Amino acid sequence: MFSGLMLNTWIAATVVAVIAAVTGFFAVLRGSTFAAHAIPNGAFAGAAGASLLGLNAFVGLAVFSVAGALGIAGLSRRSRPDVATALTFVMMLGVGALFVSWSTEYAQEAYSLLFGEVFGVSAGEVLPIVVLGAVSIVAIIVMFRPLMLSSAMPEVAEARGVSPRRMELAFLLVMALATSMTVPVVGALLMFSLMIGPAAAARSLTARPMLAMALSVVIALVTVWTGIAVSYQSNWPLGFFVGVMGTAFFLFARACTAARRRLATRTAIAAA
Amino acid sequence: MLRYIFEPGFFASGPVHVALAVGTVVAVTSAVVGVFTVIRGQSFAGHALGDIATTGGSGAFLVGVNQFWGYLAFGAGAAAFMEMIGVQRRRGRDVATGVVLGAGLGLAALFLYLGTQYSSTTGASFTILFGSMFVITSSTVPALITSALLALATVVLLARVLLLSSLSPDIAAARGVPVRAVGAAYLMALAVSVALSAVIIGSVLSTALLIGPAATALRVAKGPVRAMAAAAAIGVAATWIGIVLAYDSFYWPPARRGWPVSFFVVTLIVGCYLVTYLRPRRERQDAAREAPDTEQVCSPA
Repeated sequence: MFSGLMLNTWIAATVVAVIAAVTGFFAVLRGSTFAAHAIPNGAFAGAAGASLLGLNAFVGLAVFSVAGALGIAGLSRRSRPDVATALTFVMMLGVGALFVSWSTEYAQEAYSLLFGEVFGVSAGEVLPIVVLGAVSIVAIIVMFRPLMLSSAMPEVAEARGVSPRRMELAFLLVMALATSMTVPVVGALLMFSLMIGPAAAARSLTARPMLAMALSVVIALVTVWTGIAVSYQSNWPLGFFVGVMGTAFFLFARACTAARRRLATRTAIAAA
Repeated sequence: MLRYIFEPGFFASGPVHVALAVGTVVAVTSAVVGVFTVIRGQSFAGHALGDIATTGGSGAFLVGVNQFWGYLAFGAGAAAFMEMIGVQRRRGRDVATGVVLGAGLGLAALFLYLGTQYSSTTGASFTILFGSMFVITSSTVPALITSALLALATVVLLARVLLLSSLSPDIAAARGVPVRAVGAAYLMALAVSVALSAVIIGSVLSTALLIGPAATALRVAKGPVRAMAAAAAIGVAATWIGIVLAYDSFYWPPARRGWPVSFFVVTLIVGCYLVTYLRPRRERQDAAREAPDTEQVCSPA
């Protein structure tokens, strides 16, 4: 389980978990979970286009995820964000369907892009993943304060001169970068589960932003590591364990918060 | 002249007839249900329910139950789950949808894995996303259409209270409307209609037909009834033209195997929406169009 090839898997999955948890935290905070679903899934159409042109799949993923981010941010200027996201998303996948119908042997590769090939990460793939992961994390750190302010209190941020639109675009671009790096490894579907489950669980446990972000990273790491171990033993897909564990963590966190609140009320009544 | 628009054999082809009939029912249902989806800001739920329902279909296939029930059970189950963990507040709604979709996609990965162990269906992931309008078996058509019409009837019957409780929940509650129950009933109808359209035309096209025509109509039409009619017209037109073009494209380059229906329909719908951008208008009014005021919508058109 910890042999040479598996070591690549562990490293790649750890990097992916950290970046997914950090971007996912902001996605949950900003209420842009639909974009978190649309960008990785839509980017997969880009990979289809790249294979048609004989390019590296990464180029296609990068181009389409950035195009998706620009499309969502652009349409959101004059539309409701959920409508903008939905339309950008279906357009990307519509083009993807066209690319797929043009190429002859795509089904197998498409399958791996949707569900990932986490057990087939080669040594050559690890380095770009680590570098791009570091770039995404640095980008988030650089814009941390304005991003946090505009996510939690958009009106206050605007009054202080932080343009909400520019922040939205910047955030979506970081998500696009993270996506094009992670989709070939863990797949578009798993990337989404990993962004939302841990972050939503952490958010319902605590309202303090830094703590919630740290918690979300911890939960994502626990989810991915346990998932890989169990998946390695059982041969069932990693995506299943990550998806189900993310939801389980969320429900557990909700139950904890509810119990704590009830306890607090009871203590308050007893004290009074 | 007409010969260039309709390739020879278009009107004689059986699959085309089924595709046109079913496509029309789905387009009308999606458009009417979609008007409320857009007003209530539930696009994400509308898309997620389609994805989850398809997962239910592959689950039912695994255990040997009729897939139709798999679709319905998973769609309705997911809607109930979303409602339970907080669909009522806007931001919580988004996250609840995400969490439920995450679990659904996890199950999708498992079902596909188990499915490919028993039969080699590499194309399965594909059908989930794109569906195929030309491979509808005519035996399932009556059941699909009946359920779609049931969902449509629910939404039409609820239209007035639904509109009021979507636009101003406080006023609705003050007038004695059970806002949460109405919302839950709507979500169920949405789940059924989306589940069915995802089966028939794939989750991409089902989202496109749900959101695109409704969003376009809400930008140009005055009042909810006209918006529903306009949305239905746009949806049906896009579906028909898409089917005609897909049929025509059979000999088009580069593959000479036909271009996908979903590509044409999606392009037409998104194009239609973008055309509404050409009308010069200040931004606030645009936003108000998509989420209209109570007075604007409730006053007789």
